[in-house]
Amino acid sequence: MFDYHLFLSAVFGWPLAKGALLTMVLSISVMTCSLIVATLFGSVAGSQRKALRWSVGGYVWLFRGAPALLILLFVWNGLPQLSPVFRQAWFTPFFAAFLALTLIEVAYLTEILRGAFAAVGKGQREGAAALGLHRWQIFILITMPQALRVAVPALINEFISLLKATSLATVISLKELMTLTQFAIATSFRFLEWYGAALVYYMLMVSVLTVFQTRIERLLSKGHR
Amino acid sequence: MTSEQLTGAAGVAPGTPAIQLVDVAKSYGSFKALQGVSMTVERGSRMVICGPSGSGKSTLIRCINRLEIHDAGAITVNGAELTDQIVRIDRIRRDVGMVFQHFNLFPHLTVLQNCTLAQRWVRRRSHREASDIAMALLERVRIPEKASSYPAELSGGQQQRVAIARALCMNPSIMLFDEPTSALDPEMVKEVLDTMVRLAEDGMTMICVTHEMGFARQVASQVAFMEGGKVIESNTPERLFSTPAHERTKRFLSNLLH
Repeated sequence: MFDYHLFLSAVFGWPLAKGALLTMVLSISVMTCSLIVATLFGSVAGSQRKALRWSVGGYVWLFRGAPALLILLFVWNGLPQLSPVFRQAWFTPFFAAFLALTLIEVAYLTEILRGAFAAVGKGQREGAAALGLHRWQIFILITMPQALRVAVPALINEFISLLKATSLATVISLKELMTLTQFAIATSFRFLEWYGAALVYYMLMVSVLTVFQTRIERLLSKGHR
Repeated sequence: MTSEQLTGAAGVAPGTPAIQLVDVAKSYGSFKALQGVSMTVERGSRMVICGPSGSGKSTLIRCINRLEIHDAGAITVNGAELTDQIVRIDRIRRDVGMVFQHFNLFPHLTVLQNCTLAQRWVRRRSHREASDIAMALLERVRIPEKASSYPAELSGGQQQRVAIARALCMNPSIMLFDEPTSALDPEMVKEVLDTMVRLAEDGMTMICVTHEMGFARQVASQVAFMEGGKVIESNTPERLFSTPAHERTKRFLSNLLH
């Protein structure tokens, strides 16, 4: 039977809260770094320089094609075999998960942003250029805000996927939400209550993101009808 | 010497034409958009360029602020030749205003922000100064009440007048108009043309690509007729309209009038 008391203590207890916090910190760090790199990659994807375009294309091809689990294991187990640098203390499960997920996320975000940048008409850049704005000014002041408006739903979608994909890091024993849930189950054998509690945390985090999405969409849709 | 003097018409020797094109050519692959165009636009004069679509009018005007890069020949703007060596093309661009067929206003910014953005980032004016200048120019194009609206809330004619004000905010010494009324509903053409006429009366150096022959007759110092990437003939509006030298010009004009 379902033990409500255990369920509530699982929801309000420390282990899952800590796991959820780690999941959140990991997701936000990965998303932030990926956004910065992907902005660069996405803007280069439309570049005149063939070598640059091809490099970005190759990167996206590789990291969109490889399963997340494989990349996680590759980074965690494979890199230390490659170089002693990765055998030192700083190479923690958290850092490995961060690195692996960022590599993947950059690929996906690059594709989203490339499309969004392309959606901002050439006329916008020309209008700005005719006023004497530099290329980087045009990018930041004109292209970015309009591209983001187009990209926000897809970006938040990616963020939600990422939040859940962090649970894969359980295979490299990162103490995120799912790992701690399984730990609790291993000692209690109470599946329903602990899975239920973990679900509450995931739903809560995703709901916050959804609210955030509505807010930011409204902010960026100024001037559009 | 300040950058203002470097770029502004004020720093140019008197008598220098505002714009001079010598044998300008430009191709897109095998298509020859411009084939040896030469023209001189004196300071304070108004050049109207007309001709059938695909004749190279837009390419020509876009080469003047280097939105397109010409392959051969020389283009001189305010005494400075446009070459690959000019890294800071922005310096010429901020002195040459441009108005586009599709307005190209920034949809995410208000009318006032559209007008102040480049002033602040390119001319380095303070927020206050930029706003004051923008409001004065919005008055001049008779649309100050829309300052806090977004472009999407405006009619086409209003948007085009804002685009003119936006360009004027940079204190250009030359204004380029690339078919400014072609995308407008007929009833809005007049309000935009009126704005351009007033600008011409104030002595602005202008190059207009347009099919509005009434406008050409009223303000142009010179009308150039283009076809196939060449200027077929160029004359004062009176002469060109009453006694066109070329058969092709005659046919084009009679088609426009009927």
